[in-house]
Amino acid sequence: MAAVQDGQLNMEVEKDIKTEITNDGSGNINANSSSPGSTSSGGKSKSPAGSGEDQQTLLAVLQFLKRNKLTESVDILRREAGLSADADDSPVSDSAGAGSGGVPNVSADGGDANSLLSRVSIATPVAPPATAPPKATGSMASGGEDQPDVNVVLSAYSQQGDPVLYPLYYNGLKKFIESVLDCHRAELSQVFYPLFVHMYLELVYNNHENEAKQFFEKFSGDQECYYEEDLRILSSMSKKEHMKGNETMLDFRTSKFVLRISRDSYQLLKRHLQERQNNQIWNIIQEHLYIDIFDGMPRSKSQIDAMSGSLAGEGKRDANKAKVFYGLLKEPEIEVPLDDEDEEAENEEGKPKKKKPKKDSMGSKSKKQDPNAPQQTRIPLPELKDSDKLDKIMNMKEATKKIRLSPDNLPSICFYSFLNAYQGLTAVDFTDDSSLIAGGFADSTVRVWSVTPKKLRRVKSAADLSNIDKESDDVLERIMDEKTASESKILYGHSGPVYGISFSPDRNYLLSSSEDGTVRLWSLQTFTCLVGYKGHNYPVWDTQFSPYGYYFISGGHDRVARLWATDHYQPLRMFAGHLADITCTLFHPNSNYVATGSADRTIRLWDVLTGNCVRILTGHKGPIHSLAFSPNGKFMASGATDGRVLLWDVGHGLMVGELKGHSDTIYALKFSRDGEILASGSMDNTVKLWDTLKAFDDVELDDFTAATGHIHLPENSQELLLGTYMTKSTPVIHLHFTRRNLLLAAGAYNP
Amino acid sequence: MSYRSLAFELFPFLPPLFVSEEQRLLHVRYEHYTSTMAEERRPKQCTVVLPTESMKAMAESIGVGQLQEESCAALSEEVSYRIKEIAQDALKFMHHGKRCKLTTSDIDYALKLKNVEPLYGFQSQEFIPFRFASGGGRELHFYEEKEVDLSDIINTPLPRVPLDVSLKAHWLSIEGVQPAIPENPPPAPKEQQKTESTEPLKAVKPGQEEEGSTQKGQGATSAEAKGKKDGLMRMKPRSTHELSVEQQLYYKEITEACVGSCEAKRAEALQSIATDPGLYQMLPRFSTFISEGVRVNVVQNNLALLIYLMRMVKALMDNPTLYLEKYLHELIPAVVTCIVSKQLCLRPDVDNHWALRDFAARLMAQSCKTFSTTTNNIQSRITKTFTKVYNNCWLDDKTQWTTRYGCIAGLSELGPDVIKTLILPRLTVEGARIKAVSDGPVVSNIDKIGADHVQNLLLKHCASVIAKACPLPDNVEQYRADYGYLGPMLCSHVVKARAQAALQAQQVNRTTLTITQPRPTLTVSQSGIGGSGGSRTPSIIKVPSSLTLMSTRPGTPTQPSPPATKYIVMATSSGSSSTQQVLWTASIRKISRTLKLSSSAVANSAVDMMKLALMRTATGKGDPELPLDKFSIRNCSPNKCLTEFK
Repeated sequence: MAAVQDGQLNMEVEKDIKTEITNDGSGNINANSSSPGSTSSGGKSKSPAGSGEDQQTLLAVLQFLKRNKLTESVDILRREAGLSADADDSPVSDSAGAGSGGVPNVSADGGDANSLLSRVSIATPVAPPATAPPKATGSMASGGEDQPDVNVVLSAYSQQGDPVLYPLYYNGLKKFIESVLDCHRAELSQVFYPLFVHMYLELVYNNHENEAKQFFEKFSGDQECYYEEDLRILSSMSKKEHMKGNETMLDFRTSKFVLRISRDSYQLLKRHLQERQNNQIWNIIQEHLYIDIFDGMPRSKSQIDAMSGSLAGEGKRDANKAKVFYGLLKEPEIEVPLDDEDEEAENEEGKPKKKKPKKDSMGSKSKKQDPNAPQQTRIPLPELKDSDKLDKIMNMKEATKKIRLSPDNLPSICFYSFLNAYQGLTAVDFTDDSSLIAGGFADSTVRVWSVTPKKLRRVKSAADLSNIDKESDDVLERIMDEKTASESKILYGHSGPVYGISFSPDRNYLLSSSEDGTVRLWSLQTFTCLVGYKGHNYPVWDTQFSPYGYYFISGGHDRVARLWATDHYQPLRMFAGHLADITCTLFHPNSNYVATGSADRTIRLWDVLTGNCVRILTGHKGPIHSLAFSPNGKFMASGATDGRVLLWDVGHGLMVGELKGHSDTIYALKFSRDGEILASGSMDNTVKLWDTLKAFDDVELDDFTAATGHIHLPENSQELLLGTYMTKSTPVIHLHFTRRNLLLAAGAYNP
Repeated sequence: MSYRSLAFELFPFLPPLFVSEEQRLLHVRYEHYTSTMAEERRPKQCTVVLPTESMKAMAESIGVGQLQEESCAALSEEVSYRIKEIAQDALKFMHHGKRCKLTTSDIDYALKLKNVEPLYGFQSQEFIPFRFASGGGRELHFYEEKEVDLSDIINTPLPRVPLDVSLKAHWLSIEGVQPAIPENPPPAPKEQQKTESTEPLKAVKPGQEEEGSTQKGQGATSAEAKGKKDGLMRMKPRSTHELSVEQQLYYKEITEACVGSCEAKRAEALQSIATDPGLYQMLPRFSTFISEGVRVNVVQNNLALLIYLMRMVKALMDNPTLYLEKYLHELIPAVVTCIVSKQLCLRPDVDNHWALRDFAARLMAQSCKTFSTTTNNIQSRITKTFTKVYNNCWLDDKTQWTTRYGCIAGLSELGPDVIKTLILPRLTVEGARIKAVSDGPVVSNIDKIGADHVQNLLLKHCASVIAKACPLPDNVEQYRADYGYLGPMLCSHVVKARAQAALQAQQVNRTTLTITQPRPTLTVSQSGIGGSGGSRTPSIIKVPSSLTLMSTRPGTPTQPSPPATKYIVMATSSGSSSTQQVLWTASIRKISRTLKLSSSAVANSAVDMMKLALMRTATGKGDPELPLDKFSIRNCSPNKCLTEFK
């Protein structure tokens, strides 16, 4: 666990200086790939690569800490950076006490789950409350006049060749790659983009402004169109000074661009470069690129295109090797005196007969332990309350009335339009039982509507509550204040647009995340704010409750996803590794994993228990704005600004499908309750329905593709598309399947 | 040297640049999407840098004079870079705000991210009213801040409070079929209607999924949809014209309101016809209704109903989602009838049937303008028709003045060219004829009125044409020589027309001088709310609300369609309109209507009811209360919801 701890510490510091030094990119990946067992103190995972650059980064961090008089942290860092790296015992409270950001470092050893919470409760009293220092120091560092630390990091570029020769080098390589055999060309072409970027940055760094511009103009047209976004950022950087503040490019610099190339192609490239004595390019490849070599057939162009597009290349193959327990947790057995008489009275005769075997089958299914499921107690989950049990029973009852969906039996869609929202609707969520709908607005408000005839009522005031007869049967009714009954309630508290919103599964709480950097927890009993979770200092783009409640995840502009528990005002886990804003977050149905989508065009899956990144999924060509897990937890769908939906096999870490059809950002994705149909909602004012059963069936997964991840995606979007439903100039920003498989959609009417 | 802080200093002076940068960025984004579609086209990378002059101008505005050229260049690069950086961040906020339009607040938040004070005072919802000025070789964008008189603001009445956010549910799709309700976009866009009517084979190609789904939305049965999915080649799509119960009800309500006696109801119905997007399927019925209605009522000289029917035509033409071309063969004869018919009312001496002719003539001209193509040649055919009639009456003195009036009106509405070539040459003859009536022995009052109207019409239309075509000065004698009897009157009209034209020109000139910049207002902008306002004002004169009855025969639609008895047929009555009889027939009508509806709609409605019931059970208890009831009501009066939904 040392590795993780180290990664997190680094990350913490890194946050302090506002990502000027981003070690986490490479550091964390290394840490994650170390071992799934994770308890072994395998020493510094980045020790092989720990030379040169990493060393410099460390020095820079040390320097920074010293300047800010964080001596204790310096000590810890020193100790950890030492070769022994036996920092397993370094007390957590120690680092937290040092006040380095005021974040409790609860990475903890993963083996025994209970420590997760106990550790926090120990740590929190010691740790100072999360306060302003990160921001203050952040602005100080980034606003400072000169930053020796950063220069250290950038100095890797100081070695330079003759700027005039750069285009020649590049051209030479281009000619070579164009002349190689077809089967290798596609693979080797991957080198162009990272090489281009690094050569350009080198030119800029060494103040060859004009040469850089010429170089850019000459070769930027050759790059794949999906890098266009990054190229634009790159093109605007024409001075060394610009590089200091630009986070994106610093990420590019400090994290190695990952390429997957077959051994044959790699040999070819190597031989060429050595023959030509082309040291400039060879240096860049060695220093800034990580080439993941595999044995076997070189990949085709389409295979490469499917996987590329992220900010830092593809995920390494071994990054996706860790075992993921994607199965569902066993449902707790609830002894229900199912009042069959009632149901029989409700339904006509004949139906109950059918229902009985069904119920049995469900029961047997839940009794059998899924081999892919995590241990029931891997993550401590909250105890079921009576009300939860009631809800579960309701759920099961509803599930028996569920409509079986199929391509011939499409769901009905009920659309909830927000009228008069003046372009201000930014987030929507439904409760699982579809009784409440909440909207986050750009004017900082959160509004909750009841969509059933049951109105929203507030709990009476304390004085009134004391007058209530607590023994009465309808005490739960009595505590509600009839006078406050209304169809909607407004929650005031944020000071910026509300970008994320999420109901707790038990419908008692509502989470909202906002531009103001806080996540707020609201009570739906009193309609007041209970907690403001501070930690993100920048806009929080998304937040999501765990399907079992209690935990929630948030992610935002600071590139760190945080895992919280509702009763702790500081995060339990911090997931760092994304190279750009985290744009969406989602819990796995078994609550053991968390998926985050980012503007760096990757999706990462994190293990809640260990804090490791267990999957890096690349393939999107634009920031990811929506995620969805299939109900069985085996598959995931993601939608991005590029208008494509990608389907992933979580267990294998593979892309298994691509659904093209939308013409704008996809903001909403949802699987039907049985997972047969995927609904996607987009900015292009459409809801589309896709046949996911067929999509997953069509993919043939043999051992080879599973091992290498080189998959041929069938071009079958048109066959999988079951329906397109245009709305009347209403972008679709949320989708939800009711327990009976009715699809609810929501968006703001935008005349 | 750090330009950074100075660059940030300059931000407050940059709004115009921001705006242009935003647009450029967004434009590039758009290009990006299209390029990913096409895979070939590549957007140009932008290396746009602000001109150094702007730097100078901005530096001057904060009191730094005499900035050196080099510093300007360095500054402009720095500022350009920072602007781009911030614009990129602002785009993030736009995306997360689920918008596709960058707003000023996005830029404020992006600045906040960078720890820069946001720009205050640019909180406009829609656009920033920058003004542009150039002069002395300089171009400037500036934000005009006018002095505001506080007392003005205090004295102005408060604006309406903007409506609060509200939630409204509707069915986007019912078991895979999109219902045609006003909340959904029209099932068949106009282009598709057009391709269907002009190239019926092209409209539905097997295997075209996109097309298929919209087709399904049009109420094609699911069996058909399945057939399509199987890839069965079908030669020609068989268009079915089944109307749902709701649509039948709607049709009944609308037609009744259009020809009924309540003007308020009629206005509402007409507005519904003019705006409702889902009328596509009912169009054949409407057109048959109108043509049959005209046929019968012309015979019965029922002016009021003819006027109502013409207003229906107008409303149909106003509806932007309807593609009328398919039904012109029914509509144009009806309209032309209303223009040239000999007699349109029972008492030609009293009733103002002239207005109807004028209105219909305008309708005709409008449809010529919109529908005339090289293949159907509507305009020339219509012109020919009018001229032929006109020629006849020119030859034949006995032709009714009414018909003559209609021809002239119809022709003159077609434009000045037509007037010039077809009417002006005949002014002399026409004048002589008018003279004969007015000066000669009293033939009949009707003729006299007719001649009067024709004369006024000729003067009105010809004067403006002559005013434009003929040179000054206006010589009465000359006019008399040219145009005979009408000459002197024409001359005075021409003079008047010229004076009016001059006046208008003046006004136009003046308006160009006024600044069209919107006033800085403190009112809360209410863009996007408020329905389309009150009912359309009827564009023709009120007719005495005579209690008359519409009588149609069962419509025979052009396509093979379900039995016509399904649709509401009103009892026929004889043309004489004695009140008693009318009342009597009215009650008969009521009874027959209910009977007809119940007997014919049963089959259909039963199916629909079952569907609804099924859905109720499917979506029942646990789900939110779904607006099933509202749903069916809404179909009856879509315009009510339309105003709400707009």
